[in-house]
Amino acid sequence: MIPFDFEYYRPDTLGEAVGLFGRLEDEGKNPVWYGGGSELISMARAGNAAFGAVLDIKDVPELLGLGTDGENLTFGAALTLSDLIVSGSFPLLGKTAGRIADHTMQNKITLGGNLASTIIYRETALPLLLADAILTAAGKDGLHTYPIDAVFDGRLRLPKGEVLVRTAVPAAIAAAPYFHQKKTKNEKIDYPLLTTAAVVTGGRLRIAFSGLAPYPFRDRSAEEILNDGRLGADARAELFVKALSGVIQSDLSGSADYRKFVLKDTILNILEAVREEKLPCLC
Amino acid sequence: MLVLKEKTAIKLRVNGAEHELFVRPAEILLDTLREGLGLTGAKPGCLNGDCGACTVLVDGQPVKSCLMLAAEAVGKEITTVEGLRGTPTQRAFIEKFAFQCGYCTSGFLMVCHALSKLPERPDDAALDHWLESNICRCTCYEEIGAAVRAVLNGEYEENK
Repeated sequence: MIPFDFEYYRPDTLGEAVGLFGRLEDEGKNPVWYGGGSELISMARAGNAAFGAVLDIKDVPELLGLGTDGENLTFGAALTLSDLIVSGSFPLLGKTAGRIADHTMQNKITLGGNLASTIIYRETALPLLLADAILTAAGKDGLHTYPIDAVFDGRLRLPKGEVLVRTAVPAAIAAAPYFHQKKTKNEKIDYPLLTTAAVVTGGRLRIAFSGLAPYPFRDRSAEEILNDGRLGADARAELFVKALSGVIQSDLSGSADYRKFVLKDTILNILEAVREEKLPCLC
Repeated sequence: MLVLKEKTAIKLRVNGAEHELFVRPAEILLDTLREGLGLTGAKPGCLNGDCGACTVLVDGQPVKSCLMLAAEAVGKEITTVEGLRGTPTQRAFIEKFAFQCGYCTSGFLMVCHALSKLPERPDDAALDHWLESNICRCTCYEEIGAAVRAVLNGEYEENK
């Protein structure tokens, strides 16, 4: 049982949703956007979240789109992880979504909810970081577009009152050779010890992580090391791990040293797969 | 726009029948089903979305009712284990001994029933992926897997 009361609203249009959010804020009701709601309910039940109103955005058509926009693929923020898996249009995103929680929860958790989660892993961010995704959000004054790096620094930081509408990624990157691996401490369904996502585009490797640090990230300068053809695979992996060592976390899933060991092994596997052109793709 | 500001009458469609009942906006679907409608087949387990004992079908898809508000279910078709009477899924679980203490069973039945309604027969990897959503502390997994496969193989017919 959730030990406090709040108001529930399920708007039908984007304009209605954004206007209502502003009004509820003005009334001091501390509204929250409600996608799948799984995290909000579990946090509220445990007394770790408090809010006076929820705006359930799953009936807003703009947030449910799955399509194309020019050279880009677009994914509505209220699509469930299962929707992303079934669509197959961005295999790395589908693969990543398919390793978050379990299948039944994937029917509830939304793309926007995972990106905006307070839990530190936010694994759907990895493919979007690799694709230099463009995020569209709606606010009182209309739609705004942001490069993902402008509003995601490990967690989603949209201006107050704005709601994520969709993400757009270049179709060419969605179809590119990719790598995904999620390692957990023990059980298959768990938070990541280390989730690694990578794509090869334009002959260059892009790579992003969840679980390695207390936030998901892509480090472009460290990527330069992996793409330095003058170095052998082992030297690249060694230098890459060293470059990231300052952010690698220790927790109950594993120590920083263990994560470095797993990271280096993962990097070597990726470099070998890239060299042997063994990565899956839609190309 | 659907609005619930306080305890409000809503209409829920459960197992093919429409019910009108009063719910708090903060009420989870599991509590509404159990306490509002007396449908106690969905079980409270972890109440955190981990164990799957509270699984119901929402428009045919398995969902953990401990992590869904009753208000979210307005306009949806809810199926609980009470709605599976006479189905191949029910018979298969009985005849394959796919339960021991039975607490998790209704959740597994719902996942199995949803699998059996897919347009194409799922492969073993998909079966594993779906069934990983539920936990059986009696470790009855072999028998549950056998029951699910028996249903998917068409070994049981619907009781008319």
